[in-house]
Amino acid sequence: MAETTVAVADGPALVLAGYEGKPLRSLDAYRAVGGYEQLERTRAMEPQDVIAKLIESNLRGRGGAFFPTGRKASFIPSPDKIARPIYITVNADESEPGTFKDREIMLIVPHRLIEGCLIAAHAIQSKRVYIYIRGEYVDEYESLRDALGQARKAGILGDVAIVLHRGAGAYICGEETALLESLEGKRGQPRSKPPFPAIEGLYASPTLINNVESITTIPAVFGVGAEEFAKIGAPPDSTGTRLFCLSGNVERPGVYEAPHGITVRHLIEEIGGGIAGGRELKAVMMGGSSFPVLTPNDLDTPLDANSLGQKGYFIGSGVVCAIDDRTCMVQFALRVGQFYMHESCGKCTPCRIGTRWLVQLLRAVENGTAKESDLDLVLDVCDRIIGKCLCVLGDSDAMIVASCVSKFRDEFRAHFEHGGCPFGHDSQLDELFAPVDQHSGHPVAPEVLA
Amino acid sequence: MSLDAEIQEVRKLYPEGTRSAVLPALRLAQERHGWLSREAIEEVAAALDLTPAYCFSVASFYDMFHLAPVGRHTVEVCTNVCCGLVNAQAVLEAFERELGVAPGETTEDGGVTLRAVECLGGCSTPTIVAVDHRYRQSVTPEDVPGIVEELRNDG
Repeated sequence: MAETTVAVADGPALVLAGYEGKPLRSLDAYRAVGGYEQLERTRAMEPQDVIAKLIESNLRGRGGAFFPTGRKASFIPSPDKIARPIYITVNADESEPGTFKDREIMLIVPHRLIEGCLIAAHAIQSKRVYIYIRGEYVDEYESLRDALGQARKAGILGDVAIVLHRGAGAYICGEETALLESLEGKRGQPRSKPPFPAIEGLYASPTLINNVESITTIPAVFGVGAEEFAKIGAPPDSTGTRLFCLSGNVERPGVYEAPHGITVRHLIEEIGGGIAGGRELKAVMMGGSSFPVLTPNDLDTPLDANSLGQKGYFIGSGVVCAIDDRTCMVQFALRVGQFYMHESCGKCTPCRIGTRWLVQLLRAVENGTAKESDLDLVLDVCDRIIGKCLCVLGDSDAMIVASCVSKFRDEFRAHFEHGGCPFGHDSQLDELFAPVDQHSGHPVAPEVLA
Repeated sequence: MSLDAEIQEVRKLYPEGTRSAVLPALRLAQERHGWLSREAIEEVAAALDLTPAYCFSVASFYDMFHLAPVGRHTVEVCTNVCCGLVNAQAVLEAFERELGVAPGETTEDGGVTLRAVECLGGCSTPTIVAVDHRYRQSVTPEDVPGIVEELRNDG
C-alpha cells in the first residue's frame, strides 16, 4: 500500500522547502531548515508593512478563489478601530474531489503552517487562530496537534492562541461562511454576503479566512523576499508555486510543487509520466470537480489563472485529474452530479432541487431513455442554478456538468441512439456506487423522487 | 473523566456564550458510545445547556455522526471520481463480498459497518479506504480479504 508521492518538480521549493523525503515534523527538524526565522523577522516589522509585503508579492488564495491574500488581510480593521476581537480561521477542510495537498502540508511541514498563521496573526494583530480541519483527517490532525504542542512549549506562539477545530464530514464547510457557521456550532449552511467575513465573520467579529496552502506560503514570501516572490511563476497575476494535485489515469500521480505557468501537458506527460498503460487522454478534471473539464486540444495551456481563464478554465485548488479514453463522460458527469446532490446543504432552492434534477436527467441519459431535448434541458437547469444561490456549490455542479454536455455532446447522444451506455461495462466508472442515501439514521432523500 | 467533564474542558477553547463546542462534544460522545443515541445527544445537550433538538439538528447535518448503531469497526471506501477512475468500485464490491453486506449495512455479528464515502483526499493513491478512520492507501481488491481478516481477528 503505497505512500503518496510528494516532490518538488520544477524548483524553487517554497512550501516544501527543506523537504527531502522525510517529513519535518519536529521543531528541531524544521528549525534546521530555517524554520520560524521569518516569523522572527516579521515580528520585528510593523503590522501594516507585513501586509504591504504580502500585497507586493501578489500571493493569491490557493483554496480555489485565487483572491489576493494581502488585500484580504488589508480589509481587516485595525484593533484601535473596532472593539471586537479579530480572528483568523484557517480553512483545512480540504474536501474538493481531486485535492490532496493540504493534507500533505499538515503531514510534512506542519510547523510551516503554524509559522504562517503566526505571521498572519501579527499582520492583522489577531490573538486568536482557529484551524478548521476536516473531520476525516486523523493523522493530519495528530501531526498538527503535536507540532502545535512543540511550538507552544518552546514559547513560539507568544500571546497568540491557536485552536484546532475538527469538522465532522460536510463538503460545504469548505465554503468560508459555512465554515464559520460550523465553527460556531451550527449546521454548516452558507451565509448571505455582505457582510463579508473581514467585517463580520466568526462571532460577528472581523475574521481573516485563508486556505492551508496560502498560509503556508506566507513564510516563503518573506524567505525569498516579496519582490523576488512576485517574479516566480507567471507574473504579474499568478506568482509563486503551487502544489499541483495530479491524479487519475497517469503513470506517476502525486503532489508536485511547481511554479505557476507550467503547461498541463508538461505536468501530465513529463512530471506524471503520461497516461497509464499508454492509453489516450480524453479529458482533464481541471482545478477540481467544480470547474469545466479540459479537453486534450487545450493541453498546452499554462497552469496560471489568466491563461486558463482565457479558455474558460480555472486553476481552482490545483487539481489535474487525467481521464483516459475508456471513461464514459456521462458516467463521469453523473457521479460528479451525485456528489453535489449529496453535499448540497439544502438552503437555496435552485441548488437543492437543481442538483437532484441533474442527477435524474443524467441517469436517464446513461440508461438510454433520454432524448435530444433532455440535453438542452440539462443545460437549461445548469443555467438556472448558476449565480442564483448564496454560495457556489450549485454553480460548481452546473459548470462541470454543462461542460461535459457541451464538449462531449456526441457521446451523450450516442447513449440514446444506442439505447444505453455504448461503453458497456468497459468504463471504469460503470455503476460506480455513490453514497447518496446510505447514512445510518440520517434523514436523506433518495436519488429518484417517487 | 466523565463525558460532561471532558465537554467542559473543550468548552474552554471557545468564547463564553457561543455554541462552538457542539461539534467536538458530539465527537466525544460518539467516541464513547459508538453512535449518537437519543440518550447520548441528551447528555451532550445537558453539558452545553442546549436543547437535545438543537444538538440533533446539528448532528444530522454531518456525515460522520452516526444516528443509528454501527459496527465495532468501520470500513469506508472512497467512491468519488479520482478513486473511481482507478478501480474503486471493484474494491467496494470486494468488501461487499467479503463482509456479506451492502454499503450502509453492518455485518450480522455487529463487527463491521461498510460505507462508501465521498472524496477522502488521497486521490493519488487510489483506492483510499479508511479503516477505523485511518487511511489505507492504494488498496486493491486483492488487499480486501486481508483487511477483513484483520478486523475479524480484532473482534
